[in-house]
Amino acid sequence: GQFLGGLGFVMVEKGTSLLKMMEISVAEAEKRTGKNAVNMQETYTVYLIETRPVDAASEGTNPVPDSLWRRYSEFELLRNYLLVTYPFSVVPPLPEKRAEFVWHKLSADNMDPDFVERRRVGLENFLLRVASHPDLSSDKIFYSFLTEENGWKETVFETGFQAKADSRLKALNATFRVKNPDKRFAEMKHYGDELQSVISQLLRVRARAADRLYGVYKVHGNYGRVFSEWSAIEKEMGDGLQSAGHHMDAYAASVDDILEEEEHYADQLKEYLFYADALRAVCRKHELTQYELEMAAQDLTSKKQQREELATGTIRTFSLKGMTSKLFGQETPEQREAKLKMLETQIEEGEELVKERNAECEEFVKSAWVDIERFKEQKDHDLREALISYAIMQISMCKKGIQVWNNAKECFSKM
Amino acid sequence: MSGFVVDSTVSSGNSSVAIPTDISGQILDLDEDDDLEVFSKDTTVTDGSSFNASMQTSPASMINQYKFEEDAEDTKDIFVTVDNPESHVTAIETYITYRVVTKTTRSEFDSSEFEVRRRYQDFLWLKGRLEEAHPTLIVHPLPEKFVVKGMVERFNEDFIETRRRALHRFLNKIAEHPIFSSSEDFKIFLTAASGELTSYKKQGPGFLSRMGETVKAVAAAVRGVRNRPQEFTEMQEYVEAFSQKISSLDKVTQRIVREQKEYLEELKECGPTYALWSQSEEELAEPLKDVAGCVDRCCKETEEQVKNLNDNLIPVLHEYALCTETLKAVLRRRDNIQADFEAKTEALATKKADRDTESKVLSLAWDSLVGRSPEEVKQQKQQTLKGEIKEMRDDLDKAEDRLEWANNALKSDWTRWQKDMRTDLRSAFVDTAERNVNYYEKCLAVWESFLHSQRTDAEGNGNVDFS
Repeated sequence: GQFLGGLGFVMVEKGTSLLKMMEISVAEAEKRTGKNAVNMQETYTVYLIETRPVDAASEGTNPVPDSLWRRYSEFELLRNYLLVTYPFSVVPPLPEKRAEFVWHKLSADNMDPDFVERRRVGLENFLLRVASHPDLSSDKIFYSFLTEENGWKETVFETGFQAKADSRLKALNATFRVKNPDKRFAEMKHYGDELQSVISQLLRVRARAADRLYGVYKVHGNYGRVFSEWSAIEKEMGDGLQSAGHHMDAYAASVDDILEEEEHYADQLKEYLFYADALRAVCRKHELTQYELEMAAQDLTSKKQQREELATGTIRTFSLKGMTSKLFGQETPEQREAKLKMLETQIEEGEELVKERNAECEEFVKSAWVDIERFKEQKDHDLREALISYAIMQISMCKKGIQVWNNAKECFSKM
Repeated sequence: MSGFVVDSTVSSGNSSVAIPTDISGQILDLDEDDDLEVFSKDTTVTDGSSFNASMQTSPASMINQYKFEEDAEDTKDIFVTVDNPESHVTAIETYITYRVVTKTTRSEFDSSEFEVRRRYQDFLWLKGRLEEAHPTLIVHPLPEKFVVKGMVERFNEDFIETRRRALHRFLNKIAEHPIFSSSEDFKIFLTAASGELTSYKKQGPGFLSRMGETVKAVAAAVRGVRNRPQEFTEMQEYVEAFSQKISSLDKVTQRIVREQKEYLEELKECGPTYALWSQSEEELAEPLKDVAGCVDRCCKETEEQVKNLNDNLIPVLHEYALCTETLKAVLRRRDNIQADFEAKTEALATKKADRDTESKVLSLAWDSLVGRSPEEVKQQKQQTLKGEIKEMRDDLDKAEDRLEWANNALKSDWTRWQKDMRTDLRSAFVDTAERNVNYYEKCLAVWESFLHSQRTDAEGNGNVDFS
């Protein structure tokens, strides 16, 4: 597997070609100023994407990697393109646009260096996930995102994905009722809702607890100060107090690293918080295709019924034409013939459409379910790893605590 | 000894108000009964904790007596415990009594085991009596009457338990003190039945003599001390600085407890959230439930740790903060004794000067009017002055003795107190550090067992190693 910028392993599928060919990383972040679309000065951050052929590294030579700069909005564009083009894929999420679930020490400012650094890691993670996805990794737009600095945006727009995006997105936002959704997808959607809700709650609670823990540790710094002052007025107790004070200072300072590490854990959770959204999007798309199929089928059924009525003369379905002809007299046999012929054509077309849509639906269900299964496995693996790394963090924190307080105890006993 | 006792922990309207005892003429007469008691028995100094008055005639030799042995611990012959709080309801009031159990091999006690019930008022009385009798010795503080912040109900369980422990420590400090432990008042406190104690409490110097001493003491206090020895000034500066430090430590520790409690509140929500999550999962259900369990166990440990700080470290810090008030009072009393001595010295000098000038002046006019010869008058006047001077000299001698006694007593007790303080605070902090180590060790074990279970699962499934 490929190590994901500090966030764990990514499971690489057999079909993936891209990661076998190249190493990808988001190496740096830089601030830039420039004029935006409305000709106003703005400051933004750009990220350096480095790519290097895998073979080169293994041959022992270490050529300079290819690199280009991209800003967050370009990543967003790439993702939107992928969403539209691969509707049956659970598309990896981007790191959050704005810092949420902050606790007091972290700045909610997008320009804050800690935030930028964590975003850099998150963007790298995103690229690696896409590059290891069986379907997404072979996408040409993705490849050129990594390799062609200039003109990439134009290339994306040329695919015309936006047109599809508009109609699809509109449909996704509309409410519609599906009569026979695939039960599995309905369950998955429900799961996505639950996952999003519970991870949000966990992130909130964790942030508050981190804030409090910070307070506990930092107050111990006051011990350091008072012990130091106290040691100045004592003779025999002075040394013990002074050195104990230093350990109290060390204890207070140790919380910064502890909480920084926990932020990585929070980031892992956040990724799956956003993944929940991607999962739900796939389920919604299934509903859409199913709905379109059902609409087409419904339309076909009604047309068939109309033909039957016309043929047998019985009116079971209401139609304005039928009513008016009843009121104002029957149609001529020629008129009826013409109508029947039209209906036949429509029915033929309708049957084609239903077949098409059915195939689409089946295709979608098949592909989507494959990716959902893949996603499930990835999620179970990654989150288990995350829990384990959380336990390791706690253990490390406990070991530090044991060390500091043992040291302090020794100093106190010399008081 | 005269000396105005200012003690904020003592209430008024009670026989336990610290009143200076009038012991004019008998500097050794600190506890009358005690003297007789000790005098009539064949007491030998074993660990220096019994005060044998019969062997003393001067403060100097008394101080030698005072030097207690370093190994007082090994020869401890009295054990006091305070426990078993009980509530008593009468028509007028509700109050708590505590059981006080004494086990001792000391000969001045009639028996080897005693059990009595005492209420807070009784402890206050004892403290007052000890301070009265020994104004420049350092009496360990009592827990306060009411806790200032947040406590409304006097009969709250935690409050009673905290108070019980403090009362226990108080009596043990008294028992360990070389002078206090042989106090008759202490003995009565430990052994007398409730009725006996009440009647004993009612004895004591009369109201008028108390008033007289108080007036004298106020005068001395107003006058102030002129030539305080350097060491007592240094002591005062130390007490001032120490008082600030210890009160800071008290505040810091209380703040830590507050922050820990708030942390605990948040942490308590984490476990249930992991548990909730596990309900939506299949493969992840097990590890999520385990993590929830770990977080909950760590919560319990954190709760325990907070309780420890509250029960162990904070009371000790608090007591030493109260100690500083006692120390300040003791230094003030010593100053007053010195001021009194200085005043008397001045008065005697003035009187002597009067006598000298008097012998040169002949006031004839009045004396011839009353029909006495100048010689007679002069003689008479000289005689009167001589008498007055002798009285003042005696008074001054006593005051000088009182001062020397007070100074030496304070110096020795100061050394003892510093040693005690060092021991107490050291063990309190060592104890706290140890408990913190235990806390982290327990949490460590919790998370390591989780890791272990995950590893064995992984190995079972043939998954990757996570070292």
